[in-house]
Amino acid sequence: MLPQAGTHQHDEAQYTDSMAVPLFVVTPARLALEPLVAQVEITGRLDGEGCGAVCTFIGVVRRSHAGRTVRYLEYEAHATLAVRTFERIAHEAVERWPQATLAIHHRVGRLAVGETSVLVAAAAAHRDEAFRVCRYGIERVKQIAPVWKREVCEDGAHWIEGPVADPANDDLRRQALVRACA
Amino acid sequence: MRVTVQYFARLRDLAGCGTWTCDLPDRATVGDAWRAGVERFPATAALGDSLSCAVNADFSRMDAPIHDGDEVAFLPPVSGGAWTEP
Repeated sequence: MLPQAGTHQHDEAQYTDSMAVPLFVVTPARLALEPLVAQVEITGRLDGEGCGAVCTFIGVVRRSHAGRTVRYLEYEAHATLAVRTFERIAHEAVERWPQATLAIHHRVGRLAVGETSVLVAAAAAHRDEAFRVCRYGIERVKQIAPVWKREVCEDGAHWIEGPVADPANDDLRRQALVRACA
Repeated sequence: MRVTVQYFARLRDLAGCGTWTCDLPDRATVGDAWRAGVERFPATAALGDSLSCAVNADFSRMDAPIHDGDEVAFLPPVSGGAWTEP
C-alpha cells in the first residue's frame, strides 16, 4: 500500500497523543512501538490478502563504539527531507513488494545508552515478506536518510559519518535488496 | 537572487553557524551557493568532496539551478551504520 503523508513532530505530547500515528516521523519524543505496529497492521489489512505478519526493527544506543565508551548520542536530522526520504524508501519497498506497508520513526536530540533511536515496522501478508521489507527499510535509512549522530564519549565528541548519501545510487539500493533477501 | 543556505551536523560545526543568507547572481547553481559559503567560512572546504545537497527539502545536485527564496541545504555523509559481512 502506498504510504500516507508523514510529519515531523516536535514534542512528546504531539507524538503520543496523535489519534492516527503517521507512518513517517522525525521527533525528539521517546519512540513508541505499539501504536506504530497497530498503524502498519491497520494500513496493511486493507491491501490485497491483508496483513498476516508485522516485523519490527528497534535501533538502540549502544554503550560502546570502536572501543570507546559512549556517554550519550546526539541525533540531528534535516527533518523535512528525512520524512520525505522515509516516504521514498517506502515507495521503493512497494515497488519490490507491492502488498507491503512500511513505517519509519526516527528520534532526534540527546539519547542515553539503551534508548531507542529508530523504529521500523513492516506489515505484509506473510512473514517472509515482512522480514525482508523491514530489513530493506532499515538498510536504506542507514544509507540515505539525512540523519547524523554525534557520539559523546569519555574522551571527547565526534560526528559519525559513513558514505555520501546518494538516494539515486542504484548500487546502494541493490545492496540493500541483497541484504534484505539474504 | 537571495537564498538561505543551511548547514547540518559536522558542516554546521565547521561553519560555526547553521544558516546564512547568501546573495548570488541570476542563474546561479547549488554549487555557486556552496562556493560562496567556502569563501565566507573557509573551514567548510574540508567537506567539499563528500557532500549531498537539497533544495527546498528535496535532494538535488551541485549543478542544479536555484532561484530567489530557495532553501539550499548542504549535507555531510550520513551515519551509515556498521555492516559486518556474515
